[in-house]
Amino acid sequence: MVEYRIDRRSGVATYLQIVQQTKQALRLGLLRPGDKLPTAREVVAATAINPNTVLKAYRELEREGLVEARRGLGTFVRRALGAAPADSPLRAELEQWAERARAAGLERDDVAALFTSVLDKHFKGDQE
Amino acid sequence: MTDTAIEAAGLAKAFGRRGRRRALDGCAFRLPAGRVCAVVGPNGAGKSTLLALAAGLLAPTEGTVRVLGAHPAEVRERLAYVAQDKPLHPQLTVAATLRLGAELNPGRWDPAVAARIVAEGDLDPRTRIRSLSGGQRTRVALALALGKRPEVLLLDEPMADLDPLARHQLMGTLMADAAEHGTTIVMSSHVVAELEGSCDFLLLVGGGRVRLSGPLDDLLAAHTLVTGPADGDLTPHTVVETRSTGRQLTALIRPRGPLAGAWQSAEPSLEELVLAHLRAPEAPALHLNAPVEAAV
Repeated sequence: MVEYRIDRRSGVATYLQIVQQTKQALRLGLLRPGDKLPTAREVVAATAINPNTVLKAYRELEREGLVEARRGLGTFVRRALGAAPADSPLRAELEQWAERARAAGLERDDVAALFTSVLDKHFKGDQE
Repeated sequence: MTDTAIEAAGLAKAFGRRGRRRALDGCAFRLPAGRVCAVVGPNGAGKSTLLALAAGLLAPTEGTVRVLGAHPAEVRERLAYVAQDKPLHPQLTVAATLRLGAELNPGRWDPAVAARIVAEGDLDPRTRIRSLSGGQRTRVALALALGKRPEVLLLDEPMADLDPLARHQLMGTLMADAAEHGTTIVMSSHVVAELEGSCDFLLLVGGGRVRLSGPLDDLLAAHTLVTGPADGDLTPHTVVETRSTGRQLTALIRPRGPLAGAWQSAEPSLEELVLAHLRAPEAPALHLNAPVEAAV
């Protein structure tokens, strides 16, 4: 089960934060096909946001084919995103790489810049 | 089944000898059912009067207010109202207060809802009301109001004198009730920040009138915050408020057509929208009618 974290000062629309955090959980394998998303009631009880905001986010996820609403049962994950679950070998390699970068004296921003430029090179024009 | 929760037309309320002090004058708005509505305005703007009129506790001097399509007194069992001072019997225990709620609302009372709200606050049912903290008392008052399973819930400054954690919990409780039952919630506050994210409809009250009304997203989208040179021209747009510092001008406008010239523009936050209108009491009113909601 995911737990949403709403940052009211981020400038990102609240419903988009829910969409993004759901996708992040799908990418990391924290949510898998068949899993149930929290009900609107559960989300708003924990975050105190407006219920319509949650419904809007879930409709957006449904529109993208990631989840489906089953009447009277809830909203369920239909498919995973990406191929890099939290325990994949790729993640382990990246962890090692990050350790080496840190040992080499790079700061967080340096690493982020480096990573972004490599991403940009390999995933050019691959926007979602 | 009506799709309008509250509708006011020409609503006025005067107090004092010979009705000299007008708390409200010429108020008109329509609040669709199922919304979470913020009633915002400065102290003394008439927020409490408006809520008490909708609750049927005050009679209007002029005009009408209709709740769920009827006079407030005719739908009393379908609406709940929590006054600012949360009047509860201090000598009763929490459990006795909820029993009172059950006896006063035969056929409607939902003991599970009331019990859950009290339980979420870690309250011992045997505690007397007078020894509760402000936040705990608010929780009991909300349990009493929501236990009645109202279709319209009117809350006057519900979050005043609550600590941030209690605020968050109680707002979560309210939103959960709205999610589960589609309850229309109307709450007044002069702390705008605590409403952002929770409310989807806004009534801005000032000088006894409703100055802004409509779905929050639509109201925000109808305004633009612009920054530009102090001698910039903002015609033909409706200017709500301008402030200049040196060569720079900041203005909140309602754009009519595209912005010409060297203006930087951004959508205002709820707080910016409200503050600009409070600083500019002469700005024209704006009422955006809510479109009929598609069934979710």
